[in-house]
Amino acid sequence: MSFLKYRLRMDKNVHLIMKILTVFSIVTILAILLGLLYKAYPILKTHSLTNLLLSKDWFPQKELFGLFPFISSTFQVTGLAMFIAVPFCLLASIYLSEYASKSITRLVLPLIDILAGIPSVIFGIWGIILIVPFIRDYVAPFFGKVSSGYSILTGGIVLAVMLIPVMVNILLEVFNTVSRGYKEASLALGATKWQCIKHVLLIKSAPGIISAIALSLSRAFGETLAVLMVVGNVTKSPKSILDPAQPLPALIANNYGEMMSVDLYDSALLLASLVLFIIVLFFNIIARVILRRLEKNNH
Amino acid sequence: MKFKAKFIEERIFKILMITSTSIILLSLGAILGSILYKGLPSLSWEMISQTPKGGFYLGKSGGILNAILGSFYIAFGATAIALLVSLPVALYINIYRKKFSKYSNLVRLCLDVLWGVPSIVYGALGFSVMLYIGLKTSLLAGIIIVGILIIPVMIRAMDEVIKTIPKGLVEASLALGSTKTETAFKIVVKQALPGIITAILLSFGRAIGDAASVMYTTGFTDNIPKSLLSQAATLPLAIMNLVSSPIVEVQNKAYASALILTFIILFLSIISRLLSIKYTKNKSH
Repeated sequence: MSFLKYRLRMDKNVHLIMKILTVFSIVTILAILLGLLYKAYPILKTHSLTNLLLSKDWFPQKELFGLFPFISSTFQVTGLAMFIAVPFCLLASIYLSEYASKSITRLVLPLIDILAGIPSVIFGIWGIILIVPFIRDYVAPFFGKVSSGYSILTGGIVLAVMLIPVMVNILLEVFNTVSRGYKEASLALGATKWQCIKHVLLIKSAPGIISAIALSLSRAFGETLAVLMVVGNVTKSPKSILDPAQPLPALIANNYGEMMSVDLYDSALLLASLVLFIIVLFFNIIARVILRRLEKNNH
Repeated sequence: MKFKAKFIEERIFKILMITSTSIILLSLGAILGSILYKGLPSLSWEMISQTPKGGFYLGKSGGILNAILGSFYIAFGATAIALLVSLPVALYINIYRKKFSKYSNLVRLCLDVLWGVPSIVYGALGFSVMLYIGLKTSLLAGIIIVGILIIPVMIRAMDEVIKTIPKGLVEASLALGSTKTETAFKIVVKQALPGIITAILLSFGRAIGDAASVMYTTGFTDNIPKSLLSQAATLPLAIMNLVSSPIVEVQNKAYASALILTFIILFLSIISRLLSIKYTKNKSH
């Protein structure tokens, strides 16, 4: 009898521990948000938020903390990366899910998984070895410009390659959820495979495609090292995509060590983190909610 | 044979699709190829087996053993911490709660969102918290931050495996009188073990490759860390430091270090693939 009691008590205790751990892992999001708000509060008290977000002047020594150049660089690098990655990923995912034979998918998917596992610093090194000279020696002269090769375009290309595995994996899952019946019905009516893809598959999975894009966007916004290594890190609003820039994550990573000497610097950088966190959270939640709904409809 | 527009269109798009897929594969090849091409000539036993000597950052002798060991310490520590949290949570939302209950799905949503939080945010906030509680930049701080960073990755990877455990197996165990705890740890964990190991390896790879979170929490040193409270170097940061040098020999060392990191990641990824192949084989028979 006492052994049974012991087992039951054990069960109860473990249950409690698990409950606490689960709640703890959910509460982390709130904790991060509150922590960032708390640290960003001093600067929000002395500067207006619109001024911080829209001013172009970033002179920490004079207590001017305009985040606009960094926010705009972030959007440019990310936008460029998406512009490059989306068509490739869409076409490749359609091919892999609809046309490719099983032996091809079995070969390609593991390779894409390997790409997913490569750390961002390796992407950065690759950018330095291959993309930077390419931009400097071929692309910039082609447009009649001089560029060091460290530019928004370089960052965009490196980031685009990093996004491929994220996007392709989600897109493949999304295409999988489109029920076979729809496709077969359209094929039976005499549509070619491509017509079926164009009029059935892409339409049915449009929300999923949007969420795949949103999810990759949120990944792209936060990507730090790879972009930092190739983007040039200059505190100026870039005029063209061949100019160097400094996105938000790079700003935080580059300056966090030396902030101690200036008042409010620390607070400004955590405000930058907060802005980043909110952007990422926004895209992430939208994407996840759409995906959840798709999955539910499918079950 | 009539060439209708729709067939031509299909042809064109098919060619585009195959090209896109090939370009994606080529970019993977370009990454591995260029790292191999640049890194291999500078890779030597000295790089792996020695710490930086005087003048290492000016192109003199020495290696990056400090960073390799630092990265492994952090990855092992962080994976251990994450495992302690992840396994119970993954079991809880699948066995103790109903698999697809509202609560479990909410937990999954939160974890997915948490997974997306940029690691630099963890690093920046983690550093502020460290200052607040008086913890200096150290191996311990790095382990904690990276641990928190990989928890969502690990839980979700385990969750995907544990989800697939047939309900009948759990019910049979419960019907025989075992408690939920016994069912979870003795039956479910055993059944999902290869998948759980894959999840651990995946998180380990993530932990070893992440740099933004350890940038300000672990510091950097040329010495091999002696205790949890000493600073530690990590591979990604060592690579970044070396590559930003203007001296060509030092840059070459960065490429060699990048090659070492790539080998480690590829090794982990191949092991986990072999495991999952074995796992699916067992399942089908």
